[in-house]
Amino acid sequence: MDNAVNPSYRLELSSSPHIHSRWTVKQSMWLVNLALLPSIIAAVVYFGYYQLSILFTSVLFCLLTEAAIKYIRKRQITLMDGSAVITGLLLGLILPPNFSLVFTAMGAVVAIALGKEIFGGLGNNIFNPALVGRAFLQAAFPVGITTWHQPNYALDSVSSATPLAAFKFDKVITDITPMFWGNISGSLGETSALAIIIGGLFLIFIGIVNWRVPVSMIIGMLIFGGLFWIIDPLKYPSPFFQLLAGGFMFGTFFMATDWVSSPLTNKGMLIFGLLISFIVVVIRLFGGLPEGMMYAILLMNAFVPLINKYTSPKIFGVEK
Amino acid sequence: MKKTFKGGVHPHEMKSLTEKKAFEKMPAGKQVILPLSQHLGKSAAPVVKKGSIVKKGELIANGDGFISAPVHSPVSGVVAKISQNPNLSGIYKDAVIIDVKEDEETDYLPALNPDTITSEEIIERVKAAGIVGQGGAAFPTYVKLMPPKDKKIDLLIINGCECEPYLTRDFRFMIETPEKLIGGIKLIMKALGINKANIGIEDNKPEAIKKLNEHLAGQGEIEVKSLKTKYPQGAEKMLIKSITGKEVPPGKLPLDLGIVIQNIGTACSVYDAVVNGIPQIEAFMTVSGLGINEPKNLIVNVGTPINEILDFCSGVNDKAIKLIAGGPMMGVAQPDFNAPITKATSGLLILTKEEVGDNEASNCLRCGKCVEACPLDLMPTKLARLTQLERFEEADEAGILVCMECGTCTFQCPANIPLVQWIRLGKQSALKIKKEKQSA
Repeated sequence: MDNAVNPSYRLELSSSPHIHSRWTVKQSMWLVNLALLPSIIAAVVYFGYYQLSILFTSVLFCLLTEAAIKYIRKRQITLMDGSAVITGLLLGLILPPNFSLVFTAMGAVVAIALGKEIFGGLGNNIFNPALVGRAFLQAAFPVGITTWHQPNYALDSVSSATPLAAFKFDKVITDITPMFWGNISGSLGETSALAIIIGGLFLIFIGIVNWRVPVSMIIGMLIFGGLFWIIDPLKYPSPFFQLLAGGFMFGTFFMATDWVSSPLTNKGMLIFGLLISFIVVVIRLFGGLPEGMMYAILLMNAFVPLINKYTSPKIFGVEK
Repeated sequence: MKKTFKGGVHPHEMKSLTEKKAFEKMPAGKQVILPLSQHLGKSAAPVVKKGSIVKKGELIANGDGFISAPVHSPVSGVVAKISQNPNLSGIYKDAVIIDVKEDEETDYLPALNPDTITSEEIIERVKAAGIVGQGGAAFPTYVKLMPPKDKKIDLLIINGCECEPYLTRDFRFMIETPEKLIGGIKLIMKALGINKANIGIEDNKPEAIKKLNEHLAGQGEIEVKSLKTKYPQGAEKMLIKSITGKEVPPGKLPLDLGIVIQNIGTACSVYDAVVNGIPQIEAFMTVSGLGINEPKNLIVNVGTPINEILDFCSGVNDKAIKLIAGGPMMGVAQPDFNAPITKATSGLLILTKEEVGDNEASNCLRCGKCVEACPLDLMPTKLARLTQLERFEEADEAGILVCMECGTCTFQCPANIPLVQWIRLGKQSALKIKKEKQSA
């Protein structure tokens, strides 16, 4: 009977569970890249083919930076996991049309080097890497990064100022409809709410983005933006304008939802989203800058460990 | 809204491999290997010795101590030896090995009348028949029928969830022998002195729900509860939450809430033991997986070596890489085709690379999928991290000892981190530290 065992079988021994959902990091990252496609198309449609060179430069320098740092640190080079491509695309999409390629490359190097690899690579970073790159460019090249261009199909009445700048400095409110389609002045991937929503809903539907972050951010904007609007509709813009203006939509679906730099817990995600919207409203309405999305997300990224600590779920069966 | 709990996951069910196949009795081979410890608790004490002639159903080892269970021979034959033999955990344990001799004679317990039997007689019979829980832990059933006097029991829950993928054994019990199942449930209710029972079934088994409802028509005291299909719906705490809305606190038992849970197979065994006098000498199991040539639902003599069962299912194909006793989420990987199956073996799975996948782990991406999925509301990634850092006291504070090791977190993790495996490791150290503290 002992001979009944076929010696050619090498049984694997490991502790349960023995099956897996098949979620992988690589697959998830590439799906996020796929979800950015509508926004890339919108950027080309509204601002021309030249903008692809910005995206290409950004992605290329993200990949090169990551490879170089991994090589220096003698770590496995994992460019194919898709995460550096995401950072590259995200950074490119939040830059103005016709932005300098040299500056773009510098932003990409900073995003990966100071945003991600300095913390030990993917999974260990505190801040959203693309926003770190953008913050660097904002500080280093304040003029270049606020030089806007009219979209291709601009109506005569559309100025080259972004809706938020037009509101802040000239008290001009832009129509909601072109803001939804993206036919306005703004950063490459940020102008078309439609394209962002298509990609964002796709990510929520397949389970990569936890709905709690975008939903709480939108609700937060309706609450805090709405509050001021109700107080003085002449002085403050409507919350719907604020939802579609600037980087709010893009940040809501693609920046704040970054796995690594957002909270772990369900309750934490809701708090995180609400507070980002609150900070955005405060900066937009009372700060010196027309837009506050980038700083709001970066600021809340820093609070994530604290949020995780104080929103640990109540263990099943434990009395409150 | 279907009744359910919070969290959980949806693995591929893979039940279509066997759900249409009726139980098939596997004939006895040349030898059975009967481990003396097939249950939680103290090993049984053998009452036979080398050369003893035994009949099918005869007692070969007595339960020893309060939490223990006797062992009976599933075959007629001669005791070849009593020796150390590898069990389903790969550990060498005492076992009685019997050479099978063809013989029609049986030595069952006397049949009892289920209508006139008393509570004490049922408990006595369940104990004498060596019945153990078939949900996985193999806890001696009679102990659960004798709750401490200060605990008032008012609800029996029969676990028909079968939330583990692949397994279809409980499903076949429900549609093949509903009378036996209901008879067993009534006996358990009588033993507990209660008049309310619920059968929890996941809604991926509409045939079973329909069948049992037909057989239960007009009997208000036993009720079928259709539950949402979601792993781990069949975990005790989740099942109780889904059916009653109550949460069993950490460190407490279902009976602290007045609830006793029994498995479908256990209820059928109770019926056989009382009405037909048959001790627990057979295991009802699903043999499945893409690595086995002919998946089946089988009735197998306890003590049959795994390789004979696999041969009976037309053998294993060359893609097989993993052998598991139990389900794929909580079952135990087997090192040895020669180990014998026991009373509580509910499944044997032969899995291929395709099913197991590759498991290279990367950094935690803080995606929160494990936190969202944990049915006990723990933070698996935090517990695993604290274990890696050997910060066991903090892990204890974060609830590591509450973990029931259902494996949901590992299943879900995109970074393929073996979360529950780390937690298992951490639990041992956390428990040790806790005990040292208490004794100090």
